[in-house]
Amino acid sequence: MAFFDRTLKIFASVTSLVWSTSAFAGDGQPSPWQMGFQKANSPIMEQITSFHDFVNIIIVVIALFVLGLLVYVMVRFNERRNPTPSRTTHNTPIEIAWTVIPILILVAIAIPSFRLLFAQYDFPKADLTITATGHQWYWTYDYPDHGVHFDSLMVQEADLKEGQPRLLATDHDVVVPVNKNVIVQLKSTDVIHDWAVPSFGVKLDAVPGRLQKTWFRAERTGMFYGQCSELCGRNHAFMPISVRVVTDEEFAEWLAKTKPAASIEGAGKVATAQD
Amino acid sequence: MAKKTAHAETAHAHDGHPYGLTRWLFSTNHKDIGTMYLILAMIGGIVGGLLSIGMRAELMQPGMQIFNNPEMFNVFVTAHGLIMVFFMVMPSTMGGFGNWMVPLMIGAPDMAFPRMNNISFWLLAAAFTLLVTSLFVPGPPGTNGVAGGWTIYAPLSTSGTPGPAMDFGILALHLAGASSILGAINFITTIFNMRAPGMTLHKMPLFVWSVLITAFLLLLSLPVLAGAITMLLTDRNFGTAFFDSAHGGDPVLWQHLFWFFGHPEVYILIVPGFGIVSQIVATFSKKPIFGYLGMAYAMVAIGVIGFVVWAHHMYAAGINVNTQAYFVFATMVIAVPTGIKIFSWIATMWGGSLSFKAPMLWALGFIFLFTVGGVTGVVLSNAGVDRSFHDTYYVVAHFHYTMSIGALFSIFAAWYYWFPKMWGYMYNEALAKLHFWLMFIGVNVTFFPQHFLGLAGMPRRYADYPDAFAGWNMVSSIGSYISFAGLIVFFVGLIYAFSRKQHAAANPWGVGATTLEWTLPSPPPFHTWETLPRVK
Repeated sequence: MAFFDRTLKIFASVTSLVWSTSAFAGDGQPSPWQMGFQKANSPIMEQITSFHDFVNIIIVVIALFVLGLLVYVMVRFNERRNPTPSRTTHNTPIEIAWTVIPILILVAIAIPSFRLLFAQYDFPKADLTITATGHQWYWTYDYPDHGVHFDSLMVQEADLKEGQPRLLATDHDVVVPVNKNVIVQLKSTDVIHDWAVPSFGVKLDAVPGRLQKTWFRAERTGMFYGQCSELCGRNHAFMPISVRVVTDEEFAEWLAKTKPAASIEGAGKVATAQD
Repeated sequence: MAKKTAHAETAHAHDGHPYGLTRWLFSTNHKDIGTMYLILAMIGGIVGGLLSIGMRAELMQPGMQIFNNPEMFNVFVTAHGLIMVFFMVMPSTMGGFGNWMVPLMIGAPDMAFPRMNNISFWLLAAAFTLLVTSLFVPGPPGTNGVAGGWTIYAPLSTSGTPGPAMDFGILALHLAGASSILGAINFITTIFNMRAPGMTLHKMPLFVWSVLITAFLLLLSLPVLAGAITMLLTDRNFGTAFFDSAHGGDPVLWQHLFWFFGHPEVYILIVPGFGIVSQIVATFSKKPIFGYLGMAYAMVAIGVIGFVVWAHHMYAAGINVNTQAYFVFATMVIAVPTGIKIFSWIATMWGGSLSFKAPMLWALGFIFLFTVGGVTGVVLSNAGVDRSFHDTYYVVAHFHYTMSIGALFSIFAAWYYWFPKMWGYMYNEALAKLHFWLMFIGVNVTFFPQHFLGLAGMPRRYADYPDAFAGWNMVSSIGSYISFAGLIVFFVGLIYAFSRKQHAAANPWGVGATTLEWTLPSPPPFHTWETLPRVK
């Protein structure tokens, strides 16, 4: 009984260590020694996080169970303690159990799994549509309903300003209003890239010749970063994504400021820098 | 008549086997060919291992310290993957242990097609040469070598890699594929037709079952790879547009074709390991395998289902949600036969009389650590959460647990198990155990933290990373150095055993070793089973 209590205590403290490290995780970007997901900033990412918590407990229990059986077997049936081996090669009830119980566990996993998957593809009515076009090695963003168009390049280490994370900050953020459904269309002009923002639970390939779409709704304001997630050549690690989630008023201001300067076709740079 | 006898006398010296070029370049002996495959696998393992040390040294700290060209890092990533898969694991399990042990275990004097066996080996040696050559010719603009990952997705591998390195790589894969297809034909024919009298399919050792199943996987999946890489070759050089959307093609087609091969390939890498673990667990438990038929048909099920799950590698590619849902379901199904195997190995040991010699340590390590890798596979099978894990270090952790731990541990297990049989010498048990513990600690320190990196969002195939990922990357790199120390101990042990020459008995493992190879001398003569054994 004491053994069980102690095991439970150890399990609880390890679990809370994992959860606590993710609670300390920087919002919208990873933090040192992080062991869990970044803090969710969308209902989908919340759902991903809780589904993962659920499956993770199951797999930890299974792995520890197998480890426990192995340790028991090594201790109880080593040749000194059990010099005469049995000849048992069958046990129908056990064989049925270890076929049926895993099936039941998989069904238990499958139900929330399919719910999560179909929720990700249940596109809401768009409040804002953005097009992200991948290039070697930067992103171009269009807000087709607002006539905004700009490139977004990684800020080089020498040019980083205070508070800008290395390899994550870009010169022009994707600005979106908080609590609005944003549809992100993805294109590519050369090879396959992938637009991902971990805290939104968003990840989708940008494939040349295709127009794909995904969506998110950010529930908190702030800076949220992602990185290209499909090998695209030399600077694959150096074409990040930075999303600045702002209030409706700030968004309207930003649109007003960005639209005239950035609406020139083929313009590479935005005349007014981000705030 | 006189001419024929004279020729026979020169080619075969009085001790009954050929020498020199005839023996090695023109071999028709399954044991010699198995030995050559094992040597090639060791070379592949050293080169692939050095590449991984190079990568981990770069990733030990944020910033670029070793590679001034990030694309060269991706050349290392690509070469490491291709070499470990095609020139380390496959030549060990199928070429090495398959060739050595399958004829011995079924009571056959050699493989069905001994000369074709030889060409399989030399095709692989040629393939390795072509792949290494690719590292020294231009690939992407400004860099030598292939930098597209082992998955070489189009259009990065077409318009994105104008140089000939990719074409060298494609030709290397063609030769390696041909080598394996011919080998598969050889194994299937041998196992179906040349079992000794009394050895029905349901009496043959599980290692032989595993080789048979793997041979079918190779036979059916490699032609698809061959077709796909030929389409890549023609897109690159002959004006076709299979993967070029501007001219009516689709990059996603490449992914379907590649993964239709690529998924069975990972079962090709592990199924022989399942067979090896079964032999070893039974031997060192002094007990027959629990549920033999269940074990054999679980491998069959894994192989068959393995052909219909490929698009779980493509959840983020833009495929339809209903397609994703099907692949989630099919992929989860594979967990059931795999679980049956894990529990059956434990049940074999239950009630047994276990001894913990080196082969058994590797097998025990396999059972636990493959389970860890397997359960993260169950997590990844769920497209909803793969949304976050795709192309992150969580995936890298998963496949290294199953391959760099699972497959590799099964190879070392087989090495120590069959070492006395193949070479006639005993290995040093203390060195073998040191090798095991260094590797066990090393691989866990290397790969367990990579789960955390993936959860935190670190993408894969990155030469540099945001500073927050530094901590676990440092730990992982130190783990890789510990593993490399283990590899050095492996070679020290090899040299030690061959210089000490402590002769091994026909059966050094005792009553638990019940398969036919243990009735033969250690090492066996050049020709074995010239008189077929009778199996009860």
